[in-house]
Order: sequence, then C-alpha cells, then structure tokens
Amino acid sequence: MALPDVTTYPLRLASPLAVFFAAFFAAPLVALVGLSLRGADGGFGLSQYAAFLGDGFSLGVLLGTLWLGLKVTAACLVLGLPLALVATRAGGWVRGLIILAVLTPLLTSVVIRTFAWIVILGRQGVINSLLSSLGLIETPLRMLYAEGGLVAALAQVQMPLMVLPLMTALARIDPSLWDASEALGAGRWRTFVRVTLPLCLPGLIAGSVLTFAAAISGFITQSLIGGGQMLFMPGYIYQQAIALQNWPFAAAMSVIFLVAVLAVVLGFNALGRLARGYAQT
Amino acid sequence: MRFLQIGIRFAIIVGSKIDAAGTTTVTPSGARNQAQAEGRSVVLDGITHRYGGATAVEAVNLDIRGGELVSLLGPSGCGKTTLLRIVAGFLRQTEGRVIVGDQVIDALPPSRRAVGIVFQNYALFPHLTVAENVAYGLAARGAPRAEQAAEAKRLLELVQLGHAGGRYPRQLSGGQQQRVALARALAIRPAVLLLDEPFAALDKNLRLDMQIEVKRLQRVAGVTTLLVTHDQEEALSLSDRVAVLSNGRLEQFAAPTTVYDAPESLFVNTFVGSANAVPGVMVGQDGNGPRIALDAGGEVVARPLARPIAPGSRVTLCLRPEHLRLTDGQDGIAGIVEMALPLGPTVVHEVRVGAGRPLKIAEPRQGGGALRPPGTPVRIAVAPGLASAFPAAA
Repeated sequence: MALPDVTTYPLRLASPLAVFFAAFFAAPLVALVGLSLRGADGGFGLSQYAAFLGDGFSLGVLLGTLWLGLKVTAACLVLGLPLALVATRAGGWVRGLIILAVLTPLLTSVVIRTFAWIVILGRQGVINSLLSSLGLIETPLRMLYAEGGLVAALAQVQMPLMVLPLMTALARIDPSLWDASEALGAGRWRTFVRVTLPLCLPGLIAGSVLTFAAAISGFITQSLIGGGQMLFMPGYIYQQAIALQNWPFAAAMSVIFLVAVLAVVLGFNALGRLARGYAQT
Repeated sequence: MRFLQIGIRFAIIVGSKIDAAGTTTVTPSGARNQAQAEGRSVVLDGITHRYGGATAVEAVNLDIRGGELVSLLGPSGCGKTTLLRIVAGFLRQTEGRVIVGDQVIDALPPSRRAVGIVFQNYALFPHLTVAENVAYGLAARGAPRAEQAAEAKRLLELVQLGHAGGRYPRQLSGGQQQRVALARALAIRPAVLLLDEPFAALDKNLRLDMQIEVKRLQRVAGVTTLLVTHDQEEALSLSDRVAVLSNGRLEQFAAPTTVYDAPESLFVNTFVGSANAVPGVMVGQDGNGPRIALDAGGEVVARPLARPIAPGSRVTLCLRPEHLRLTDGQDGIAGIVEMALPLGPTVVHEVRVGAGRPLKIAEPRQGGGALRPPGTPVRIAVAPGLASAFPAAA
C-alpha cells in the first residue's frame, strides 16, 4: 500500500460540512438539551420532562402526532407502490410522464400546495360543490380541519419521498426474476408478494422513514389544513415557545419528540433488518 | 479440434453416468420421472412474429420429438430468443401455433405452461436460499411443505449440490448457480425445458463440464429440451438435432453431422464450422457428381446437389479446411503458403490462390509432414465428393 488509494478521498474534504454541522446542528441541539433541564423555578433538573410526561393532554398530542405520521406513511405506501411499479415496468414516455408528475409537486412551494388543498377540501370547495351539484349530499362534508383531509394533503405533499426510493429499488430488480417466477407457476399476486415486495424492501423502508419524518414535522400543512382544531407536536412546541414564551418546556418537548421519532425510525430499520440479505444481489 | 475432446469426454462421462443414474439416482419419486421419461413432443406450426413492422421470425416449422434435445442456433438477431419467449409464453406470436403433446398452448399464460426455463443470467431469487429457490415452483403449485423440502433435496442431490441447500445464490460460483437454476427448472417436472444461452457466462473449462452435466440431466429427466445458442460447437456437441436460423428463417433442421456434412444453404455451410467459399462455374454432372471449375484453376467434384444447377451457372463452392490436402505433386491447385499455424493435433496452412481470399487447409499433424514456411509454392488436392456447391449470389 505504498501508493495512495485513488478511489478514496481524505476525510478532511468533509471538514467544511463538519464545521457547518457542528455550529448549526450539534451546538444548538446541546443548547436545546441544556435549556430543557431548566425548571420553572429556575432550578436545574428534569421537572419539565416530568411535567410533559405526567400530562395526559401533552402525551395525547405526542401519540396523535406519531399516529398521524403512520397514517400518512401508510397512505403514501398504498398509493405510491402501485405507481412506482407501473413507472418501473412502463417504458418510454409513460415512465417519463409519471416521474414528471411525481416530481412536479416538489417544484412548488409547500404553502401553495397546501392552499390548493384548502380550495379542494373547503366547505365551498371543489369536492363539496361537485357532490352537492350531483345531489349526492345535502350539506357540505367536513374535510377541511379534519384528520382525513390532513392525511390526504400530507400524503400528496410527501408522495415523492416515498415513490422515488421505491422506483430506485424496483429498477434494481432483474426483470428476468419476474419471468422466472411466472414460468415456475406463480401468478402475479404471488410473484408480487414473494419476489417484488421482499426485493424492494430497502427502498420501501427508506421511503417510509422519509415520509414519516416529513409528515410529523410538516408544520405548515398541519397548521393550515388542521386549523386550530387539531394540535400536533410542531404546532404545540411553536405555541409554547412563541406564544407562551415557555422556552424550557418547549425545549423538553422537542427532546421528547426527537427521541420518540428516533424510536419509530429505529423500528422501521429493525423491520428492514428482519429482511437482511434481501438488499444484496 | 474441440469437438474431438468433447466427444471423447462425452463418451466417457455421459455414458457411464447415465447407466449409473438409470439404476441408482432415479429412486422413489423417480417413478413419476420415468413415466415422464418419454418426454412430450413440441411442434412449432408456422410461427411468425412481427415487432411493429419488423419481422423477427418468419414461418418457422419445427417438429420436435419427445425427449429430444434441439438447439436453436444462429447469430444474434436471428430470432432464436424470440422463438424461445414464444414457447415460454412471454410473447404471443403474430401467427402460428405452439403444440405441446397434443395440446395447443397458445392461450395459456407462462405460469400454466409447465415450461422450465434456465435463463442466461440464471435469474435465481437472491433473497431465497438455494433450497427455497428450487422449491419455489412447488410452493406455487401448493405442494405441502414436507414434499417441497424432499423434492428440493432430491433435485439438489441430482445436481450434486446436496450440501448447499441452506446457502444463498450469491455465495455460490457461476457453475453452481447454474446447477441450481437447472434444478429449479426441473423441479416443476416441465413438459419442455428451455435453456437460454445457459453456458455463455461460464469460462471455457467450466462450460465444457456444465455442458456434459446438462446433457446428463436432460437424459435422466427425459425432458424435451430447446437450447438457444450462438455457439456452434455447443449446438453440435449437445443436440440430437440442430435448427439453424438466419434472419428469422429456418435454414436447416437436421442432425448435427448432417448440418455439418450436408449443409442445405451457403449460410449454414459458412456459419456452422469454417469453410473456404470460392467462386467457380458449374461444368456438368457425371457419375461421380457435379463438376465445378474453379476460377483459381482446377476442377472439383462436389457433393450431390440439393437443388439442380444449370451447367454454365456461376456457383460458390464451400471447401471445408479438412477437405483440402497439401501435396508436392504436379496435380491440384497451385498456391503459395502465407502462414502456417500449428494447432496441437492439427496444422492449418493459409495458402494464397489467385486473387481471392487465401484458402485455409487443415491437416492432422501426424503424417501431414513438417510445417511449410511462408512463401513455399504448394499444390492443393481436394477430396472428391465432399464440398458443397450453391448458386452464386447475384
């Protein structure tokens, strides 16, 4: 090993990014944890954590937020997997069109996309006026400021995060595996369950983690579609920090939220490890 | 030269192993195997396939007997893979019928055709163990788990991988992966076995071993087999009959020796084996056969013609290198040695004759005498009645 290895780069090339992360991510995080340890009486301790974890309302908000994330992830999976499958198997312009349709929302501001959903879901919105003009409903359905509408809006906004990793994973599957499965007597459904699903699991888990993380922290969409009726962790933290100026409590909430999210992400990864070996070919 | 090697190793290995397999390897569950050992016939009846405007396969008729191993041989783009995908059911032919046994299978999807396929890249499921791969088709048919496991074990032992059932495909060598692919295809007791360039990814020595192995297994299972290949040695050495394809058309369908010795077209003669294609003129027929006057001088008695050629017509005469001998006499075609290539058991001389491409002449080295250095004037004698004459392309 006398000659330097040309395929690896010295670690110092990463140092600008490391400095950036240290200054703007690690340091604030340490400050946040420090802040969270300050009690209401000015003392030092875990009283803020105790206050949050002992409060049924706060715990409800935390669990509701994680539950929302799971629902959005499930919706993205159910809608995104068939789309990714079609895009991978289709050739030429069909594939290009699907990729374009998936990517276009990314080029639009989240605020604008969210307002579009308000127009669609509102009392006088597109869906309600269509349904009432068809005579299917008497009074407008309540979709805005309701969780169903929120899940739909979040799922649409986060869809690329699910579809793109899935498409990458599916594109890596050798198409002759599908032929082999079919020739061995497996129908389409069996081929999907036994071959396609296990082999795209790495992409599926990556997409799920991204979607979940983006859905639970989607402050703008949560606030605008959810309105004041539904409170989720980002809005709750915002309320405590900005409206009530209760910085130590907001900091403790942030740390608890972070830990809870990490736990869920680790859960996803554990699912992936169950399927270890699937990724390598 | 490799033919000879293959032939000898076949005689030794295949012969003995089939005998052994007939009595020992095919045991309890082999009862069904032997029932199937007749193999089912496969008929391709006027198969034509067009992609858009382009015709990939044109009116191909093949009548394959049960248990036969038939090669589809041709250069890339000749339509052999298209034919394979049609038999497998991945492609629906534009015209014609595929008949297996006495059943037209055109309407069946691939999953219901009972066709076993070994893909060029093997297409083993990377996330399943070797045993699970082999049992995959049985699981799809809803066989009980115990039966799946027992069958997988039996087939893995048949391909000499009984110890590897718990491993993953990526932990196996190329040759072992191919055995697994073969075991997996045979596990469903296929009516037809399709092999798509199965040896292309193996290195040369391993390829020969695997060819022998595949031939052995095919005999043991007695399954009608279609082998797609562009490798003529492979096709000639393994097949009962060879179907030579060119540009989507069937050029010839016959036993390997017939294809080699009595090619029906100029394409077959030059694609299978090597040949010196030399221009000449048809002189006429006599008791010995058609006589052709070569432009380079001399007259050659060719093999009886498949289709008559009028005297005076231009012809292309295909002389295989082993049809020619170098002599020191005064008879024969005059030429000058350009190159001498000693190839172990044989020696090949390239001899310039007139203006055309130099002729290749292959002689056994024993008795053929010493190498002749470049520049030596020589005479070439042609063995009578072996060369094939075809009408010259206009």
